[in-house]
Parts: sequence; structure tokens; C-alpha cells
Amino acid sequence: MEENQLNSIPLPDKPATEILLIGGSAGSISVLLEIIPQLDKELSFPVIIILHRKAHPESNLSELLQFHSSLPLFEVEDKMILNNGCIYLAPADYHLLLENKGQIALDSSEKINYSRPSIDVSFQSAAVLFKQHTAGLLLSGANADGMEGLRCIEQYKGLVLVQDPVSAEFGYMPKQTLLNLEADAVLKPAQMAFFINRLNKKSNLNELLLYNFI
Amino acid sequence: MIEPDIIRDEEMELLLRDIADLYDYDFTQYTRSSLRRRLNRICMLDKFTSFAELRYRITKDPAYLTRFIEEVTVNVTEMFRDPGFYKTLRDHILPTLGTHPFIRVWVAGCSTGEEAYSVAILLKEAKLYHKSLIYATDINPGVIEKASRGIFQAGPIKQYSENYMLSGGTEDFSSYYLSRYDVVKFDEALSEKMIFSTHNLVSDSSFNEFQLILCRNVLIYFDKDLQSKVLKLFDDSLQTFGFLALGSKETLRHSVVESKYKQLSGKKYGRKPVK
Repeated sequence: MEENQLNSIPLPDKPATEILLIGGSAGSISVLLEIIPQLDKELSFPVIIILHRKAHPESNLSELLQFHSSLPLFEVEDKMILNNGCIYLAPADYHLLLENKGQIALDSSEKINYSRPSIDVSFQSAAVLFKQHTAGLLLSGANADGMEGLRCIEQYKGLVLVQDPVSAEFGYMPKQTLLNLEADAVLKPAQMAFFINRLNKKSNLNELLLYNFI
Repeated sequence: MIEPDIIRDEEMELLLRDIADLYDYDFTQYTRSSLRRRLNRICMLDKFTSFAELRYRITKDPAYLTRFIEEVTVNVTEMFRDPGFYKTLRDHILPTLGTHPFIRVWVAGCSTGEEAYSVAILLKEAKLYHKSLIYATDINPGVIEKASRGIFQAGPIKQYSENYMLSGGTEDFSSYYLSRYDVVKFDEALSEKMIFSTHNLVSDSSFNEFQLILCRNVLIYFDKDLQSKVLKLFDDSLQTFGFLALGSKETLRHSVVESKYKQLSGKKYGRKPVK
């Protein structure tokens, strides 16, 4: 996609992003592999990824994502410290919660929407803490997990982002969400990293300069 | 479906204070994000429409406390959960434990007992059960009562059977239980060497010396300070060369006892080094 075409998506007029959560189910790993390599090396907020995955702690999903990431990427352990510019992957078989703005907690309670980790649970937990500074991006998927979490982010006036269902391998989840919620932006995989980078405080500034220049 | 979030931070602190003052349960050092979910869940299950209603019921009705303790603590467990962990236990830990004349195991936070029965099966297959004792404890009297009966829902048995095989089990898993309608009852020979008791990791002290302590996915509900305190309790309860088993995402890192343990083959096993 051409740079100016990427630029054409307006950046919503929202408070600064302090945390970004990306939730995905079936068909979302390939999208992540497209986003992660293109993220700014100095993002001004942490990124948390919640993926539905098999309940085997030995899975090598984190190695795969690490391999493609220029940002530090961690599979979350209990009470891990949250740092800007780092990516955190929810481990299999645990819900990921935010204990406070600087610490992650894990929870092995009942599955929600037949899922653990549940996207709804993490989105809600972040929205309650980060309020309007929360950004949530929901990717491809074939079940219902994620929409209620995005609704929560919407209620706190955070940033609601959804993958364009047409571009999703499994469009059900993003499609249902768009039928029920007002998204701030609907994005194709190729636009996502660029959009996220523009949420970055430093690059926001650059962008303004760029626009003025043009 | 996620529960609506109706409890504010200050309210939660108030309630935890009340419970600590009125009853023998201190949740003030529990992980807040998790507690918040449990409290919201209780409000939904028991149809409290406001925090005030929940607080009134807890402070005025001591009988309700039992119900509250049962629901505020997480009792999700399964047999041979993380089969890779049990494989390490089977292949690397039990042979060492077998050299002891007597094996004492503590399953701390055993919930409804699935892990205690899993360990019993491993000990039995290693022909060590006759000289073992398994102490299974939990804060919650209700789940201890269930654990001691050895009766489980039949629904997840297929999953348990798969876990068992992945853990290196070669027997016919169904030989360990009898099915009746929608429940299974585990062979009483498996609970012969089990001792069930309530024990509160927050307030109760060490009660014996063990060769193996399992406490999996319990510490995640505690804050860092309480974790340190409980790890110290385990350390005091573990024999030299003993083993400590934690959940797959729980860690000894940055804890007071870290330097005394060595992690085994990627699993959360600490082992006391030679002194």
C-alpha cells in the first residue's frame, strides 16, 4: 500500500494512548506477524497481546513473535512489570489482568466465552485502570470473545479499533463487533502498524510537522 | 460474558478491612485485579445490585461467610494440569524422592483435590505410595470436604485421561475410577495416604517437614509481599534437597528464597543446593 493511502485514515481526536491491547482468535497470528515487525522501536506505551491458543505452556508462539519483533517481547509471568515500548503476550491457560498501571497479574479462574485467556477480561481490566487512555484492537476471529471488552473501552472513552472484516480470515468477530459498536477506526492489516505508530507521542509530533510542511 | 464492574477501589478496601476485623480471613494482601473480578462475580451470582448490599450481608450474616469464601477464592483445577510438569515429576523427581525412607508431600491450596489425586497416581505407579503421605490443604473448608470424597464430575474425565497419557502414563486411566451417571469416584486406595485439612497460607504456620511441596496457581492471587511470606513458609517446611513446584507462570525470581533454589529443566521446580 502507498504511504499516502496509509496516511489517509484520520487519527481520531482522542486522549494520548497509554496502553494498547490487541485481541485475536482464529486467523489473527498472520495479522500480528504483519503488525509486529513494523512497530516503532520506541513506542510510548506498552502493547499487550491476547490470543486464543491451545492450553500448552510449552507452545512456541512467543518465540515466533519474538523472532519478528524489534521491540522486546515477553510471554507474561505473574506480577511482571509493564514498560513502555515492550510487547507482552498473555500466556496460555491464564487470564491476563492489569494490577495497576505498572504491573500485570495472572488469574487462572473460570474460562470466559470458552476462552482462557479471554480478550474481554483483559480489555475490561485495562479500561477500568487506564480509562480514556486505553486503546483496544480486535482482530480476526470466529467467536464472541472481545466485543464486550471493546464496549468497556468505549464506555471509558478509549480508542476502539477493529480489523476490517473483509480483510479477516475469520470475519465473524470483527463483523459482529462493528454491528454493535462504533469503532474509531476500521483497519486492514497493512494499515495497522502505521496507525499504531501514529498513536505514539513522539511520532504524533512528527506527523504534525509533516502535515504543516505539506 | 464478563461481569459488570460495580465495585470501586475504596469500597473493596473497606470490605477487606471489615472481613479481616470480623472474621479470621485476611484478604488485604491478595491481588486486587483478581479480587475485583471475584467480588463482581459474587455480586452477579448472588444478585447484589450494589456494593453496599454485599457488604451488609457479609458483615451482618456470619453464615454467609462460608459461601463468600467459597466464591471469592478460585477453585478451578484439573487432573494432570500441564502434563509436561507431571512428566518431569514422574521422570526426574520421583526417582530421587524414592531414595527417602518416607515421602511427605504437601499439596497447598489443593482446591477440590484433583492435583492430590494426580500425585497419588504417580506415586502409585512409581511404587512409592505405600511409603508416602499426601497432605492436601486449602483455605476453603467446602472444597476440602469435596476433595476428601474423591468424587468428580465425569465431564472433564476425557481431558484428564489425555493429560494423564501426555504426562507419560501408560495404564488404563479408567482403571482408577468407577463411573456412575455423571460422576466418577476414584479408587479409595488412592486416598488411603491422604490427609485433608484446612490451612490458611496467610495466617497458619508450617506444620511438618516435606520432601515435595506443590502449590500451583495459588501465589498468583497474592501480592509480592504475601508471596515472599508464603515462599518463606514453604522454605521452612521443605527438607534440604526437597522440591518446590509452582504454576507454570509463577516464579521465584526476585523473591527472598530465590538464591536457595535451582530451576529444573524449564519447569518451576526449585531444589535446595548442597549446603
